[in-house]
Amino acid sequence: MTTMTILEAVTNALDYEMSRDDRVLCLGEDVGLNGGVFRATQGLTEKFGEERCFDTPLSECGIIGTAIGMAMYGLRPVPEIQFMDFIYPAFDQIVSEAAKMRYRSGGEYTCPMVIRTPYGGGIRGGLYHSQSGEAYFAHTAGLKVVIPSTPHDAKGLLIASIQDPDPVLFMEPKALYRAIKGEVPEGEYTVDLSTLRTVREGRDVTIYCYGAMVPVVEKAAQQAKEQRGIDCLVIDLRTLLPLDEEGVIEAAKQTGRVVVVHEAPRFCGYGAEISAIIAENCIEYMEAPVKRVTGFDTPFPNTLEHHYLPDDRRVLDAIEAVYDF
Amino acid sequence: MATALQILAPDGSVVGETPGLPDAELKDLFVSMMRIRCMDGRMLKLQRAGRIGFVGTATGLEATLVGAAAPLRRADWLWSGLREGGAAVTRGLPLSEYIAQMYCNANDTAKGRQMCNHFQHKATNYPSWSSVIGTQIPHGVGAAFASKRRGDDVVHAIHFGDGATSSNGFHSGMNFAAVWKVPAVFVCTDNGWAISVASSAQTAAESFAVKAKAYGMPGRDVDGNDVLACRQAMAEAIDAARAGDGPSLIVLKTYRMLGHSSSDDPTKYRSDDEVAMWAARDPIARYERFLIERGILSEGDRASIEKDLLTEIDAVIHEQEAAAPMALKTLVEDVYAEVPYHLRRQYNDFISVAEKLGHAQPGDGAFPL
Ligand SMILES: Cc1ncc(C[n+]2csc(CCOP(=O)(O)OP(=O)(O)O)c2C)c(N)n1
Ligand SMILES: [Mg+2]
Repeated sequence: MTTMTILEAVTNALDYEMSRDDRVLCLGEDVGLNGGVFRATQGLTEKFGEERCFDTPLSECGIIGTAIGMAMYGLRPVPEIQFMDFIYPAFDQIVSEAAKMRYRSGGEYTCPMVIRTPYGGGIRGGLYHSQSGEAYFAHTAGLKVVIPSTPHDAKGLLIASIQDPDPVLFMEPKALYRAIKGEVPEGEYTVDLSTLRTVREGRDVTIYCYGAMVPVVEKAAQQAKEQRGIDCLVIDLRTLLPLDEEGVIEAAKQTGRVVVVHEAPRFCGYGAEISAIIAENCIEYMEAPVKRVTGFDTPFPNTLEHHYLPDDRRVLDAIEAVYDF
Repeated sequence: MATALQILAPDGSVVGETPGLPDAELKDLFVSMMRIRCMDGRMLKLQRAGRIGFVGTATGLEATLVGAAAPLRRADWLWSGLREGGAAVTRGLPLSEYIAQMYCNANDTAKGRQMCNHFQHKATNYPSWSSVIGTQIPHGVGAAFASKRRGDDVVHAIHFGDGATSSNGFHSGMNFAAVWKVPAVFVCTDNGWAISVASSAQTAAESFAVKAKAYGMPGRDVDGNDVLACRQAMAEAIDAARAGDGPSLIVLKTYRMLGHSSSDDPTKYRSDDEVAMWAARDPIARYERFLIERGILSEGDRASIEKDLLTEIDAVIHEQEAAAPMALKTLVEDVYAEVPYHLRRQYNDFISVAEKLGHAQPGDGAFPL
């Protein structure tokens, strides 16, 4: 075991997979000698050469489009999109091509690739360096959408994603990149995709969250315990698609009171799907309406981003509301 | 078109250097072009009879398809635009698979999931293509990058239409290919039209071929109704790519003689005179005159070749009419390598209704959850 940040865990996973499998390569804007604007690919070009970790021209359509061809031809590309806000030029390639390749070819052609991208607010990045676009992609059959919240999971989920036979969108919570440190095993291990993680056990209120919202929710859950004696069951979803639906249903039944937290906008957001799954499967267990704590249905702000992002006080308020209902 | 590469004039006379191919190979090019035209005719008949849903024809484009496919090796890849099914057949896509795909039946290798005309053939490296214009262009470039890295000697022919030259995929694909110097040949089939928009309305550049220069690769105009010119230009571009000289663009200037598809009425947007002008440059008639002049074909051979091809095609159509029903599980399979929990549940809910209604076949039953 060593202690590292999420960023170091990502680099460590890439390093590990590139050593293990010479089909794995990293490409994107500034990922070469510069090591990426967040330094996630730091040292990889020096270690594996420009053949394996390299800069591309500035076109997300080109980065993802060519990575798809590489994957179809037997490589295991790990393209980086510098900020998730800039993924939309590649939306067509991801949604129409990568996600549909296996299905439309009857399994003759596949597209094993991992698109890594930092997402989310909290860095004063304004509209175009802060967005959480998971809902667009979680609506896309054929894609997997993975979001770690700890260094341990960042490494284990990224290795599992690179070894997965289907295309994965791997969203990295940039606000947490260097904010937390955690124990990470050395060498290879995987965290199974489509399995959720129980962050904290509790019998009063279930809170679903992922990515950068996990520490926020943990803080609120601790306050709920200290201030009101409310025991929260905190669930880190980790893989949004395909979701561990059985685990989600089970967790809601345990408490009958549910809060869903994400920083993305609310309308048709990921929390809507969680709410619907609970409404369809657990209604007879429910003691209170589901409550969502989310970003506003607005573009991402700048000066007021700390009010846009759910914080522990807003989450605590929601916990109390469903508990007292 | 004064500068376009031409070997045969529209009357079949030789105006360039003919290739030193054996007679049998020269004749094969003709038969391949005839096969494409015969397939189009039969598919349109089936569509009018309501047997298949849709046809996108290649009538008029036969020289581009056969000429560009002929110099490819079997290990090379052909990345398809909309109308390259005939090129795939020329390279070995079996007629039975072609027609199963047009019927979208259970024999289709893509399990009937794509609409008509969306062929694939893994054995000859003809990957599945989507309807989205231009997206295949960067795919071919990425695969060519992988070939270069692997050092495997494979060349990637990347086909697209005049309309696709305006797409994102064209720009990023051409740019990445030249920067990476990959073994790819970009084949633009300028057939005059993108549905109802004339190719002259796609760009203010003097030609599509000059665009190549801005990306740092050679571009060349070719008479797309001259099969020997198409073959020659393609062979030279492939050789350069295989030798490590990087990518190039060839523009095959031709004309889409029929509608954009079986759903289109081209008389709304183009003149009969224009169509008649191009009919006079028909690629098959031109090449037939050359072969007759050479003594490789004689008058009347075309009719017997056509008869043989139609007999062969009709037998395959007959066979494909009798395909088994599609397995209902294909609704949720191949979305991922394994069918995930939520899809198994969705399917099981669906199949319990289908069973009640008597729509399910043996084998269509529920998944274990
Ligand atoms: C991105 C996209 N936009 C629009 C369409 C609808 N569409 C299908 S074919 C076509 C024209 C294509 O023209 P061209 O590239 O010249 O190919 P051709 O049909 O002439 O072979 C259009 C607009 C599409 N399939 N994809
Ligand atoms: Mg066209």
